[in-house]
Amino acid sequence: MPSEKLVFDYSTPNTLLIKLSGDWHISTGLLSESVVTEQLTTHSGITQINFYVSPELKWDSGLIAFLLRLIKECGQKKIQVALEGLPQEAQKLLTLALKVHEKTVSALKPRQSFFEECGRKALEIAASFNVAFDFLGDIAVSFCRVITGKAYFRWDDFTLLVKRCGVDTLLLVSLISLLVGMILAFVASIQLKMFGAQIYIADIVGIAMVRVLSAVMTGIIVSGRIGASFAAELGMMQANEEIDAFKTLGVSPVEFLVIPRVLSLVLMMPILTIYADLMAILGGFIISVWMFHLNPSEYLNHTQHAIRISYVWIGLIHSFVFGVIIAIAGCLRGIDCERNAAGVGNATTSAVVTAITGIVIATAILTFICQVLGV
Amino acid sequence: MAPVIEVQDLDIGYDDYPVMKNLNFSVNKGDIFIVMGVSGCGKSTLLKSMIGLKKPTNGKVLFYQKSFWDEDENGQLDLMRHFGVLYQSGALWSSLTVGENVALPLQLYTKLTKQQIQEIVSLKLSLVGLEGHEDLYPSGISGGMCKRVSLARAIALDPGIIFFDEPSAGLDPINARKLDDLILELRDGLGATIVVVTHELASIFAIGNNSVFLDEASKTMIATGDPKSLLANSKDPRVIEFLTRGKINNEQKSQ
Repeated sequence: MPSEKLVFDYSTPNTLLIKLSGDWHISTGLLSESVVTEQLTTHSGITQINFYVSPELKWDSGLIAFLLRLIKECGQKKIQVALEGLPQEAQKLLTLALKVHEKTVSALKPRQSFFEECGRKALEIAASFNVAFDFLGDIAVSFCRVITGKAYFRWDDFTLLVKRCGVDTLLLVSLISLLVGMILAFVASIQLKMFGAQIYIADIVGIAMVRVLSAVMTGIIVSGRIGASFAAELGMMQANEEIDAFKTLGVSPVEFLVIPRVLSLVLMMPILTIYADLMAILGGFIISVWMFHLNPSEYLNHTQHAIRISYVWIGLIHSFVFGVIIAIAGCLRGIDCERNAAGVGNATTSAVVTAITGIVIATAILTFICQVLGV
Repeated sequence: MAPVIEVQDLDIGYDDYPVMKNLNFSVNKGDIFIVMGVSGCGKSTLLKSMIGLKKPTNGKVLFYQKSFWDEDENGQLDLMRHFGVLYQSGALWSSLTVGENVALPLQLYTKLTKQQIQEIVSLKLSLVGLEGHEDLYPSGISGGMCKRVSLARAIALDPGIIFFDEPSAGLDPINARKLDDLILELRDGLGATIVVVTHELASIFAIGNNSVFLDEASKTMIATGDPKSLLANSKDPRVIEFLTRGKINNEQKSQ
């Protein structure tokens, strides 16, 4: 209670003596300085405040915060506050807190309203297109230099990356493709069994997966698993100034870091997609034979007849394009990353979002082209 | 008066690799205690064992007579409330503003209102000379300011003990000196006990009144006491070489 902590004494003219006692620890809560300023309003003519401290006074920052606010308030009212009666440590802390401080600088990143944030984001997206085109140009130039043997290319890094792209995603690709094949078989059976045409499950699973779905599913898995790791890896390198170290050494970070990553994914994506095709067909096969009691050899025959070689090529072209998109999105976000922990996190998220958006847009464009070409 | 911190027969290391063995020293209330030694000798590992981040392989670390590593989880958390830590990099949470960084310990461990927390945050930032910087993000302030914000966060709950890991690392001489002065002023004002891990000689002599010297070769402590007294009186060439920046050793070699 304030009365236990503060006692006011007006016995000296124009002076308020404040007796401090009790527990002023933060844990007991903070007392408002208005308790004192109310006294100053009711007793006009006070020009100085003195303090007296009871031996039982317990204090920490709770007392200092109260006194600091009181001193600032009294400063505005031109009332002098004498610190001499306070404990020595408290005097030192108050002197330190009242020292001339660093000039306050305006917030570089102040909290913004929702609309301001949306506007800022829109401008950032517009600016990011410029960065992306610059980056694509760098990749094209570096790729030409690698092909012509003018750039330094580490085959050890490349083979390690190829292994990583395969091994890290193989289990996920197996599981997801098998399940998607099964789901597609179930969904197709709903309509087909009405006509007794369940054998066409083989055609639907085969065509859908081989033409586009395997590549899309593999692309989504790889963007989450590999694209994100590229962004995090390069983002950390940016934060640790490793990329700057390449530049000062005269080595292009795009040649050294980005090209091996792009090439490794471009190589591995088609291989993973073919593998995903087989797993999806296996998924459809298991459901059709086990749940709908179709003849196994008949199912395989139907699949074989349904899948034309052109469909396999279409799937492979999709996977090639997705590989390029995922690798470029991961590397671009990593190299363009802010130099702090939050920046690395944002780069990783952004890499996955960019890659998946790119995959969907590319799928739409490729499907349209195939439709126009009649394949 | 009983020491605030006692280190008894402490062995620290990684898996089977011992870093330091048989460490024994105590830190009294109001001391600015320096843990010194060459780079890589195990200073930071010792600090980790003292602040509860790395369990020692043997021995005890006592705070106010309570053995930290023998306490249960709640006991350890209770002891942790008695100390604040300033990490080498500042270790500010980058997604929070300066004000939010300092406010978080108060939000977690006190029942103060939002307004009251703001007042304490403002006070702590005043103490480190950064009042009015509450809305900045760590990425928008200098390294020296980061360290001072980190110090404000370390003293948010008025701890009795403050640990500093290489406080002057990465600072220019003027800011390093300012931070040393701030450490002295906070020791006097808060009445805190301070442990500083450093190899910066200027800081060691400017602020330290007690110390322990860790030797990489023998994997143990080889001297303890006031750094100035060690410089004046120590007979150990390893200590003298360190405290004179290798000057004496070089002179002996050239003779």
